[in-house]
Amino acid sequence: MIDRRHIGHQLPPFQVEVEKGRLRFFAKATGQTDPVYTDEAAARDAGHPGLPVPPTFLFCLEMEAPNPAAIRELLGMDYRSLLHGEQGFSYHAMAYAGDMLTFRQRIEDIYDKKNGALEFVVRKTHVHNQRDELVAELRCVTVVRNQ
Amino acid sequence: MNDRNPTMATAQLPDWNALQPGDALPPLELPPIRRLDLALYCGASGDHNPIHVDVDFARSAGMPDVFAHGMLSAAWLARLLTNWVPQSAIRSLDLRFAALTHVGERIRCTGTVAEKFEHEGRRSVRLKLATANHEGAARLSAEALVAWP
Repeated sequence: MIDRRHIGHQLPPFQVEVEKGRLRFFAKATGQTDPVYTDEAAARDAGHPGLPVPPTFLFCLEMEAPNPAAIRELLGMDYRSLLHGEQGFSYHAMAYAGDMLTFRQRIEDIYDKKNGALEFVVRKTHVHNQRDELVAELRCVTVVRNQ
Repeated sequence: MNDRNPTMATAQLPDWNALQPGDALPPLELPPIRRLDLALYCGASGDHNPIHVDVDFARSAGMPDVFAHGMLSAAWLARLLTNWVPQSAIRSLDLRFAALTHVGERIRCTGTVAEKFEHEGRRSVRLKLATANHEGAARLSAEALVAWP
């Protein structure tokens, strides 16, 4: 069982620069054909200052943490037993290529179901841009399947 | 990844007054998922969990094969939304990964207007979204909130 004392634990904040090459690669990998997401002229014509960060890419940027396994290691979770159960995004401002985003992660909750056969880790992340504007809040629920 | 959907131009907001609960968004249909798609998503997303790309690792975890990243389907649901409204109108997107999405499945993304309301003076709709495979088996369910400026 995961130690519940980790509830409320905050991880060291980290910064990630949004790279336009990654945004274009993400568009390719997700079949995105709207040129706003790959062509800077099209983005500007649509009123954007640059290529926008698409809605779910913030989750990808969050994985650019210096140690993306930090929570797994802290809680002693094995990759093989993990499933992504839920993912939530609340959006406050658009983010764009060239932005420097700060991610602040906190372990919001840890609970179990089915007499501990399934454990759930809820992580909440606040994302701010270089002007300290709140861009989004992310909520990730990881499911641990205990044998 | 190329799919059968025509190249999309950035969406304009639909007329809120004309929307009704039960109205359907134009669905998004994806071609059968290839292992290549999972490799591309692995690199582009930065999610290097080997369970999605390394069959040896997947088997060591008790799975018969690799399976798709839930967040790949999430990205398709986000495309369903941004095909319908400009991204800046999306206030929230909450996804639940109900079942695994497998290699070879043809995923269909759908959305319907669940509720129409005004919140803090802004015209809004709550949408129910889902993905299902070609046999209609449910994969992801999601909810999104869209607000007009």
